[in-house]
Amino acid sequence: MPSKPVTVSRRDLLSLIGAVSGSAAMYHAMTSLGFASDSGYKGPIKLEGDPKGASVLILGAGLAGMTAALELRKAGYQVRILEFNSRPGGRNWTLRGGDSFTELGGATQTCEFEQGLYLNPGPWRIPYHHRALLDYCRRLNVALEPFIQLNHNALLHATKAFGGVPQRIRDIKADFQGEVSELLAKATQQGKLDEAVSREDREILMQALRSWGALDRNYAYKANLISAEYRGYAKNPGGGLGAAPVPGEPIALSDILKSQLWRYLQNFARHQFQTTMFQPVGGMDMIGKAFAKEVGDVIRYDAKVTGIQQDDHGVTVTFTDLKAPAAPQQAKADWCVCTIPLPILSQLPVDVGAPMKTAIDAVPYSASVKIGLQFKRRFWEEDEAIYGGISYTDLPIRQIAYPNTGFNRAGKGVLLGAYLFESPNAYEFTAMPPAERVARAVEFGASLHPQYTAEFDNGVAVAWHRMPFTLGCAGEWTDKARAEHYDNLCQIDGRIVLAGEHASYIPAWQEGAILSSLDAITRLHARVVKA
Amino acid sequence: MRGNSNLRPAFAVVVSVALSLLSFAAHAQTAAPSASPPLSTGFRFSEQSGEELFVNVCRGCHMADGRGATGAGIYPSLAGNKNLEAGGYPVAVVVNGQRGMPAFGAMMSDDQVAAVVNYLRTHFGNDYKDAVTAEDVKTVRQ
Repeated sequence: MPSKPVTVSRRDLLSLIGAVSGSAAMYHAMTSLGFASDSGYKGPIKLEGDPKGASVLILGAGLAGMTAALELRKAGYQVRILEFNSRPGGRNWTLRGGDSFTELGGATQTCEFEQGLYLNPGPWRIPYHHRALLDYCRRLNVALEPFIQLNHNALLHATKAFGGVPQRIRDIKADFQGEVSELLAKATQQGKLDEAVSREDREILMQALRSWGALDRNYAYKANLISAEYRGYAKNPGGGLGAAPVPGEPIALSDILKSQLWRYLQNFARHQFQTTMFQPVGGMDMIGKAFAKEVGDVIRYDAKVTGIQQDDHGVTVTFTDLKAPAAPQQAKADWCVCTIPLPILSQLPVDVGAPMKTAIDAVPYSASVKIGLQFKRRFWEEDEAIYGGISYTDLPIRQIAYPNTGFNRAGKGVLLGAYLFESPNAYEFTAMPPAERVARAVEFGASLHPQYTAEFDNGVAVAWHRMPFTLGCAGEWTDKARAEHYDNLCQIDGRIVLAGEHASYIPAWQEGAILSSLDAITRLHARVVKA
Repeated sequence: MRGNSNLRPAFAVVVSVALSLLSFAAHAQTAAPSASPPLSTGFRFSEQSGEELFVNVCRGCHMADGRGATGAGIYPSLAGNKNLEAGGYPVAVVVNGQRGMPAFGAMMSDDQVAAVVNYLRTHFGNDYKDAVTAEDVKTVRQ
């Protein structure tokens, strides 16, 4: 079916109609409550108007698909979901002890974590401004706890700096900030900023640099109790005799610059990683399970879609029941919301016009590998006072992320021993057999934590290009592809509309999947009630 | 890989699964942690030979035997693949990507692309004699 070109103004109009279908007053009320906010979420959608029993077939029971099912059913539609996996959630997924999964190529891993310990192989953190996801968590009673993005006592590590010895984030952060402040104060005092900063502001700037950078009264950043209040002490203040604090020696600016460790500081500055971040208590899949509690009755699992056709009257989807694959089956509906990841969708016969088909073909998915490692004890807490948060390294594993829950407990612990993405190493780890991925994560991680060698217990490794249900991690848009294809991907083509993180400007984030879905069904609904 | 007695028992099960899936004679050495392939250090692949590139990169999706895999979608088999007949086609796919296949042009040099394409075109039952050159790759780059 050829798709009609949709002009920008028409599309904008449709989304506008959808967005305000609740009423302008309601929107105003939500704004004053602080509901309408950063990610563009405007509060629970209201799909007003009678769909007159129209049916919608949803492909994929990830967050986009289940959001569509939940909201469309509430609006009066008949909904069904076809899902490839035997579980809800898609990439919203948590691995716990006893869980087993088989990757493409046939290798099966069984997670051997202790009860209560887990790995989130897909999404694992929720920014405070992902208001749609947070709202669904609230509505579906998913308990949240803090996800610690910045732990000042975690590590920054560069193989070729400081003799390979990891540095504390607080040292690098405080020293870099202090030394840059000192330089700026010097430049100000020497009159080098006179043209850029007024006399009045210069005085304030000097005060600010002293305060922000932990400078002494001479605007110097040195080993003293002022800088120690920021970077920590060589000997912490204590009680009783001999308890006086001893300041540590700052790391020289030149050493920090050459070490490249400054480049990790952006992980604590960027909007998407700013505090407060959250994680669901017990694992990320608590969200998928909460959705499934609402819409699980309309999900057909183990259904592998093999083709999507449409005509003027409806949509026909051909699928195979993976538990009884003998004969292909068909499901029909008036409309289709398709959330199938693009590497898969691009291979299916899909009855859409050339613009959408070209868009579907234009977005490869990024490589990503996550490795969960169980250790016999929480040595990072016991030995190193690292409670949650993330250490960064230039080794292929890139990160070691500590559990943000179960603090200070005895017994075993699971950490994220590697998180590779969009790099040669992500492909290289994907290409390794699972056991080797784990082994190498342990080998590399020992450079940051020598305890690895003695304390390692077991591990699992998820390489997203090997996952049968996605064939990759998330939509990897280039600016060029977005300019050419994004609008064509998102438009309604006849009776089919796509949704998912790939149809958003926040790819790889669950918020993108939900916002995309809400936008898609809002436009679809506008079309249905108008017809 | 360090000789670490703590690691061995935990890995034994999965390694045996992985090994059984590999074409043993040709690729067993790449599956054992003791013969780990070299890893890249930057934003470009450091592997130079066609075989190294295949084992460390292509194998991720096309598998050790080059036969690809099937899930909700497929990774095409490279074995006896007619699409490899004209060398320009695989060069273009490696450089620019195609559907689920990511573009590797920015992560591989002309020489590397040529090396891996020549490897594919002379292995897995393919026997094309006309090697592609770095110059061919250069032409394909957009």
